[in-house]
Amino acid sequence: MSEGRKEPLAHSNELLKVRDLHAHYGESHILHGIDLDLREGEVATLLGRNGAGRTTTLRALLGLVDRRTGSIRMRGKEIIALPTHRIAHMSLIGYCPEERGIFSTLTVEENLMLPPHLGPGGLELAEIYEMFPNLKEVRRRMGTRLSGGEQQMLAIARILRTGARLLLLDEITEGLAPVIVKRLGEIIRRLRERGFTIILVEQNFRFAAPLADRHYVIEHGRVIDQIEAADVPANMDRLNRYLSV
Amino acid sequence: MMRLILAQGMLGLNNGVFYAMLSLGLAVIFGMLNVINFAHGALYMLGAFVALLLYSYLGTWIGIDALHIGFWPALVISPIVVGLLGIVIERTMLRRLYSLDHIYGLLLTFGIALVLQGVFSNYFNISGTPYPAMPAALTGIVNLGFMMFPKYRLFVIVFSLIVCFLTWYVIERTRIGAYLRAGTENPELVKAFGINVPLMVTLTFGFGTALAGLAGVLAAPIYSVSPLMGADVIIIVFAVVVIGGMGSIMGAIVTGLALGLIEGITKVFYAPAANTVIFFLMVIVLLVRPAGLFGRQK
Repeated sequence: MSEGRKEPLAHSNELLKVRDLHAHYGESHILHGIDLDLREGEVATLLGRNGAGRTTTLRALLGLVDRRTGSIRMRGKEIIALPTHRIAHMSLIGYCPEERGIFSTLTVEENLMLPPHLGPGGLELAEIYEMFPNLKEVRRRMGTRLSGGEQQMLAIARILRTGARLLLLDEITEGLAPVIVKRLGEIIRRLRERGFTIILVEQNFRFAAPLADRHYVIEHGRVIDQIEAADVPANMDRLNRYLSV
Repeated sequence: MMRLILAQGMLGLNNGVFYAMLSLGLAVIFGMLNVINFAHGALYMLGAFVALLLYSYLGTWIGIDALHIGFWPALVISPIVVGLLGIVIERTMLRRLYSLDHIYGLLLTFGIALVLQGVFSNYFNISGTPYPAMPAALTGIVNLGFMMFPKYRLFVIVFSLIVCFLTWYVIERTRIGAYLRAGTENPELVKAFGINVPLMVTLTFGFGTALAGLAGVLAAPIYSVSPLMGADVIIIVFAVVVIGGMGSIMGAIVTGLALGLIEGITKVFYAPAANTVIFFLMVIVLLVRPAGLFGRQK
């Protein structure tokens, strides 16, 4: 795709535009001016070291921080002042937190059915079970009596039903066996084909690289670099430097 | 002997349903708000007083002497009044304390309890006023085979068990209940899913306090309506909650009923111990299972 064709399109289907986002937990100032741009249907990653502020960026989008300033525009609408429960409805966001957030007092199916409908176009239950066949087998079990992989699948599956169009996925491959990581890669690819816009927070760059259109590198609460997928091979040295511990 | 045990058991069960309903309200509130509602006893007292006022005082106050609002309307109105007061308390006061230590919620509700008790002690007889509007359909006694039992008390047992069962069913088996359970576990994530958790918290507190009000109305015809009736029962109810496990719905119901029964049956064998047996059990349970019988160990 040539730059000339991409630019005007970018304007018309712009989904998320974050400018100078600051976030605080109590007295700690965690984000120091994050800028992000996402078009409808894009997959972006937030890369960086632990504690760089990637998870906080997702949480700040949802209003799950003590205080935030700056601008978050979803489809042109400013959402920074909205309370958390309105943000999901206004912006059609689905959130899969790092700790997965499976409810232990709910069965698998109750977990799956918990998030309310936000808009049209969510996956049907049958489609979800087709995409995650394991979940169907264990649907009567309590949420936390699942393997780590099953819990991760459930945490993703339950936000697909709601009609959310922007998925915030935090460290979904963390601590999982390679075969499950591979399966998750296939699922992200399918979701992408279905037009979901996705922000991945990832430690595992080899997992994220073939899935994403763009990589944001975050350090000390700022975006310090931004690399398009096409430019990754030429910039591997730079990326390795950012991600090395 | 068997008859005596059964008879005391029934009377114990009668106390037990009050323990169950009150500790159920406390458990629902604690689960969602993490607040130990010390005002629960005072709200129970208020429920009884609203019923009394509706019957004996309201008519005089508004100049229609013949107006006496009876038991059945009070059974609906009183929980609503108490529940609305709960909502006001949550919205205007309790809400400001969530970011602070739990102890502040406890102090606030304790203060509210003292204020309510103080106000009613000022205007009403501390030793109690009988509730004169026992519904005609429920006066008299029924023969249970092993004993003659007041019809009204039987009604209270059955009615309370139904209320407890419905509450349990809604919380454990329905979608609204799933929101509640999920909100208890991880309110942040439930908010992120787009559910109005602050509203849910307010309504939960309103519901919990309405249960206390309902118990108060049911108690009015049995015990005399007194400003201190809540303070007396709340100590036992806290013991029930501790034994059952903080925040456990089933725990609150089963423990409330069981302790009422145990208390009743203890009267058969050694009456002076009836009042202390619950606390004795509480000590044992805390030693063996600190999280309570139905609580999850952390």
